[in-house]
Amino acid sequence: MSDVAARELRIVGFLCNWCSYGGADTAGVSRFKQPTDLRIIRVPCSGRVDPLFIVKALLNGADGVLVSGCHPRDCHYTDGNFYARRRLEMLKRLLPFLGIDERRFHYTWISASEGGKWQQTVTDFTKRVHELGPLHAKKEATP
Amino acid sequence: MRVGVFICHCGNNIAGTVDVAKVAEETRKLPGVVYATTYMYTCSEPGQEEIKKAIKNENLDRVVVSACSPRMHELTFRRTVEKAGLNRYFFEMANIREHVSWIGENKELNTNKAIEAVRMAVEKVKQNKPLYSSSFKINKRVLVIGGGVAGMQAALDCADGGLEVLLVEKSPSVGGMMARLDKTFPTIDCSICILGPKMVDVAQHDKIKLYAYSEIDEIKGYVGNYQIKIRKKATYVDWTKCTGCGTCMEKCPSKNSYDHFNFGVAPTRAINIPFPQAIPKKAKIDPDYCRQFVKGKCGVCAKVCPTKAIDYEMQDEVITEEVGAIIVSTGYSLIDIERLPEYGGGRYPDVITGIQYERILNASGPTSGHIVRPSDHVEPKTVVFVACAGSRDKSIGIPYCSNFCCMYIAKQAILTKDHVPDSQSYVFYMDIRSPGKGYDEFTRRAQEEYGVKYIRGRVSRIYPKGNKMIVKGADTLLGTQVEVEADLVVLGTAVISNSDAGHMAEKLHISYDTFGFYVESHPKLRPVETNTSGVFLAGACQGPKDIPASVCQGSAAASKVQALFSKDMLESDPAVAKVNINACVGCLKCVKTCPFQAIKEKELRDGRVVADVIETVCAGCGVCTSTCPCGAIQLQHFTDNQLLAEVNAICLT
Repeated sequence: MSDVAARELRIVGFLCNWCSYGGADTAGVSRFKQPTDLRIIRVPCSGRVDPLFIVKALLNGADGVLVSGCHPRDCHYTDGNFYARRRLEMLKRLLPFLGIDERRFHYTWISASEGGKWQQTVTDFTKRVHELGPLHAKKEATP
Repeated sequence: MRVGVFICHCGNNIAGTVDVAKVAEETRKLPGVVYATTYMYTCSEPGQEEIKKAIKNENLDRVVVSACSPRMHELTFRRTVEKAGLNRYFFEMANIREHVSWIGENKELNTNKAIEAVRMAVEKVKQNKPLYSSSFKINKRVLVIGGGVAGMQAALDCADGGLEVLLVEKSPSVGGMMARLDKTFPTIDCSICILGPKMVDVAQHDKIKLYAYSEIDEIKGYVGNYQIKIRKKATYVDWTKCTGCGTCMEKCPSKNSYDHFNFGVAPTRAINIPFPQAIPKKAKIDPDYCRQFVKGKCGVCAKVCPTKAIDYEMQDEVITEEVGAIIVSTGYSLIDIERLPEYGGGRYPDVITGIQYERILNASGPTSGHIVRPSDHVEPKTVVFVACAGSRDKSIGIPYCSNFCCMYIAKQAILTKDHVPDSQSYVFYMDIRSPGKGYDEFTRRAQEEYGVKYIRGRVSRIYPKGNKMIVKGADTLLGTQVEVEADLVVLGTAVISNSDAGHMAEKLHISYDTFGFYVESHPKLRPVETNTSGVFLAGACQGPKDIPASVCQGSAAASKVQALFSKDMLESDPAVAKVNINACVGCLKCVKTCPFQAIKEKELRDGRVVADVIETVCAGCGVCTSTCPCGAIQLQHFTDNQLLAEVNAICLT
């Protein structure tokens, strides 16, 4: 496990059920290979993502957070993603005040058919987080 | 708490790249987990039995299945645990197939990821609460958007089953693309002869209310209870008075209107009835060409109309209707010839599209079925057909096959020989795609009986020389360049989605792909459903398809609506927002942000104002939950605690 832990960073993804989770499924069905660092949490809508979740994740051990929803104007719930966009954009600007590099947080819009775009997004974001390195000191000593 | 975890091998789909035994072993160490096992195919009947047995034997009160995507089998397993006596919300799925085994190459990393995915699901399920659905009444009326062959089939099937149907068609007549076709492959049946009676049935059916020349303005509501705003566009002719006699069309002095029905093969009058079999057979004025509108004076049609139906002052009218389900059958468009500059981009009158040729072949078309070239009205002796004009061409963003061009080109080549016996047709093709009943025999007949010359290769350029069109292309089977002097060139232009397909999808809250075609729930198993319950798809709006496939989908969508309406009440999804009135401070921010107006303010007995959720209207997006400053309104099944449990399962270990 320690070997695995050394190679991977912790990336949390919040994906809306209707578009991006489906997009990630489409990428899977198409066998689009991706880095394995990402852990996905399914939410009904990107508008359900409380910026607090992202802050908590980053403060508690995540090295990066990715949020993805339906394309603007194509939200399953009419305009949940517009609320998300406003909140997440605000959060992006606030993160440096918490001492967190804003590049550790990324939000995007991916539809259920865009498996290729999902693969690209995960690959790029994982690469970016790896370039930034771990956010937290490794707890090596804990038994 | 006694959580049971079932880890699926999914044959080799998961077990091939994930060490499932190790996942089970690690899972057993998690607090709360009392049982963890692996199974070859958990979704199979014995697999589900295994879950039920374990719930009984191990006295489980929570279940996690670690397998494919919850979008695939969440409902399956919810039913399983319910049958074993658990609340269906005491169940979670960990997606270790689409999100792990199918995308990761390293078994060790995959296994580790799967273990963490299971841990997240376990932590979430421990926070789950039992939820119970309530039932609500449904409005058993259906809205069908688009009156092509798929929409008409859906409307007729629903109406024959006793449902009230509203059929909204944006053009002045139902019939769609099929009404424009001359003959249908592979039987050379007359298209309008088989479609016409269906169109009449639609008009005469007492359960179908037809809104022709109308569009959808707005769609509100949810499955079982939609409110629809339909815009009846101004025709400037009072259709209650118009008898369809056609006198106005004869006398109209504006003779250069664009003919949408005939795809501009020949001009029409500014006031016109699109075609003789139009349903409804009523006249409409095109204000872009009508002299009364363009120049402010004319009034000929008003003078000659025997029933005084002309009304130049007519305005659009918006009508509100209520329905319980929607079938979308908005059809397709064809790529604009201007996007194909190598084929002249529309500069040469004798390079036409397949659908234009269809109108030229048709007895009720502008040339009365005589094949003549648009430029000089001479009968062509050499006709070249270019398949894949735009289709399967990544350079213009259309990588897909347009499905039916190979077949209609074979048909048109046969018909050309029938009309002009001393003619010779050539077909440039990439591959002949004829995978239907009797289809391949048909394309062979074109070659063997009708002497159509098939040349495998693409056309690189078309240019005029004298009164001929020179078609330059390759013959890849012979490995040579080919040049054909043609009198007429017919392009099998690519099928594309309608230009307003995206806007329509946004009104319906359904997804569409990068090409604008609507996305079905499951490509194999739910081909007519969308991810929005109550909205179904039929016909080419979902992807290019021929007539039998469109009719199939129309009937399938109708049967889905019938099944939905077979009950009087629908079960609501209990995963809706819920207000804790003790924590609510009455700021009512949630009321403002709710996209569905599902939250109202409520005064308590002590005079305090709090938010109150209308359960049947709430769609369960959770925007309110993220908005609430005090965590008082919580989306059930996705509460702050439940999502944070997942976050912590990833981060705090």
